[in-house]
Amino acid sequence: MWVDAAVIGIKLVAVVGVLLMTVPIMVWVERRGSALIQDRLGPNRVGPAGLLQPFVDAIKLLIKENLIPAGVDKLLFVLAPTIALVVALSLFIAVPFAVDDGLELVETPIDGFIVAPDLNIGILYIFAIASLAVYSIVLAGWGSNNKYALLGGIRASAQTISYRLAMTLSVVGVIMAAGSLHLTQVVTSQSGVWLGFLPRWNFLIQPLGGIIFIVAAFAETNRLPFDLAEADSELVAGYHTEYSSMNFAAFFMSKYIHMVTSAALITVLFFGGWQIPWISLPGGWMGAGLSLGVFSAKVVFFLWLFVWVRWTLPRFRFDQLMALGWKIMLPLAVLNFLWVGVAMASGILT
Amino acid sequence: MEHYVPILVYALVAISFPIIALLMAKVVRAGSPDPVKAEPYECGVKTNTVAFDTRFSIRYYLIAVLFVIFDVETIFLFPWAVSFDRLALFGFIEMMVFLAILLVGYVYAWRRGALEWA
Repeated sequence: MWVDAAVIGIKLVAVVGVLLMTVPIMVWVERRGSALIQDRLGPNRVGPAGLLQPFVDAIKLLIKENLIPAGVDKLLFVLAPTIALVVALSLFIAVPFAVDDGLELVETPIDGFIVAPDLNIGILYIFAIASLAVYSIVLAGWGSNNKYALLGGIRASAQTISYRLAMTLSVVGVIMAAGSLHLTQVVTSQSGVWLGFLPRWNFLIQPLGGIIFIVAAFAETNRLPFDLAEADSELVAGYHTEYSSMNFAAFFMSKYIHMVTSAALITVLFFGGWQIPWISLPGGWMGAGLSLGVFSAKVVFFLWLFVWVRWTLPRFRFDQLMALGWKIMLPLAVLNFLWVGVAMASGILT
Repeated sequence: MEHYVPILVYALVAISFPIIALLMAKVVRAGSPDPVKAEPYECGVKTNTVAFDTRFSIRYYLIAVLFVIFDVETIFLFPWAVSFDRLALFGFIEMMVFLAILLVGYVYAWRRGALEWA
């Protein structure tokens, strides 16, 4: 009983701590990465290689004056960043990030230590909670009493719901291959090889679904090829134009936490989670540590992909964005799970 | 059910974190309110309309309606996908019929220009 409670406590502190620490590190990576891509220096004065810059920025945001413009709906105005942060933080708990078979702590078996709430409806939980994120955007846009914010909020919600469709449809193929909504089983279903030599990663079996999911993840996190909600050149800062101080920081943090969760989901659903191709992991604490390392390495790669794409591609026009979502990604996502169905029925994929 | 206890605890942590952060900011931050600062960010000229009166395209509404229809479809797809192995050929054909009906609606919406944005 006490061991259980302690295990849950340790896990929660670890997950929240790691998630919150990723934000300043990602901000630093983003700024240094953009500087690298644009051939500038980037922040390099505060701390070694500018590493402390995000912390200084956080303190600055904390002590800045909070402007609440006249005519805003005060309740919605304050509620929106809170919802954004609550949703972003609640998502990650359902993501399994390491194997935990046969672990022991003071001679008590603690199966499910690392993958704490091993939900049997993990995918549904994530999609259900993630869809609440659109409320924060709509409420911020509507509550701000600002024309830019209103347009940004409406745009963002239209974009999010359009891409949510393609995203959920692209996951249907993954569920079919795993036969479960359980994220740990999704990962274990990707072990071994396919067609004799290819790793059985979903990305290799159904590349179409993988690409659609990654593109939709960019749209979901409102990042650059699809950052129409913010579109600095036309809408100032979109739905958070009127926000300042910690309220703005809440939006900012939720964006980066969403990025981490998206990268983790891409890894779990399409890139074999913690599995190394052709190698089976050892059990016990060593296996747990190794799998955690492999998982983190994959997540870091996708986080870098987010930064890389942001500073490489220009922004889409809004009609192009909607056409891509509704006319191209939606039919292709259906095609993807039809392919999985045919492959499974005909025995190509067993 | 015991799987959901950590979720509940975690949800409490997730809800309390932004509240604590916002309250902490409220205590430590500076502030000298001023009616000029409280104007909505616009072009600098005094605003004479509120943002809620701004007109926006009816297409956003149409997109929302389409989303509801197609999202219900995905809800039907999830249980089907989980038990795809057990449903065998009959389940596959059943779903094809369902998708064919949906395709008619999709093509109709496309032909009527519901997916155009201009």
